[in-house]
Amino acid sequence: METLDAVFSALADSTRRAILARLATGEATVNELAEPFEMTQPAISQHLKVLEDAGLIVRRVEGTKRPRRLSNTGIEAMDQWLGMLRKALAANYDRLDEVLERMTKQEVEKHKKGKKR
Amino acid sequence: MSKMTLKTEGDTHVIVTRRFAAPPEAVYRAHTDPKIIQKWLLGPEGWTMPVCINEARPGGKFRYEWTNGKGGGFHITGEYVELKPYSRIVHIERMHLPDPTPDNHIETRFEADGPGTLMTMRMTLPDGKMRAAMLATGMESGMGVSYDRLEELLTSLPA
Repeated sequence: METLDAVFSALADSTRRAILARLATGEATVNELAEPFEMTQPAISQHLKVLEDAGLIVRRVEGTKRPRRLSNTGIEAMDQWLGMLRKALAANYDRLDEVLERMTKQEVEKHKKGKKR
Repeated sequence: MSKMTLKTEGDTHVIVTRRFAAPPEAVYRAHTDPKIIQKWLLGPEGWTMPVCINEARPGGKFRYEWTNGKGGGFHITGEYVELKPYSRIVHIERMHLPDPTPDNHIETRFEADGPGTLMTMRMTLPDGKMRAAMLATGMESGMGVSYDRLEELLTSLPA
């Protein structure tokens, strides 16, 4: 659950979501990521660290640059957990459909019996 | 065709709607009678709810325990805030995994929809964490998140 907590916390911030959105279009350096935001490079680096610790992004070494890109692990962990939740809801309501059908039939039977008497 | 919809409202709400082919009275009973709850509120295939304690009255508590029969399990505890037969339920719940998750405030409405019912469940989350994660996973469109889809979702998130 530790990873999921980190993922949720990382996603709770709008700047970090915007960074992820930018990285979804492709790899980017810290400078490139800092550009659209009115933030200092250290501030952006701090956000990148949170995203990295959550397993949402990874870094690559290219000379003096450290370009970041989206990683699969964090997203997959979150996706898996939430996919299960959605599946569970859908399965619950499909079962409820059947339960309701049986309840309705029982009501009809009761009425029929009542009338016969 | 999926009968379930899921969308977000404002910063901290998730709304799930589902249509049922039974009147509101039946759907409401299915949400408050423990004997009926045990038949459907089971999550993924293979899970059962051996413990279902449910005091469906304002201030009443409930406790649902699930098991997969292979040693896996968890439980939810909660309290009813308001019950209006057969149209509205307001309750608070939390999952124990085993540490409790933050309280989830849930309002469930049942409205007549022709011969059936339109159920609307409004979950109030204490913060944006869960909601952001739900959006990011593309719950509305089903399983699997492509990076394109993720980008679209992330950019549509309110700041």
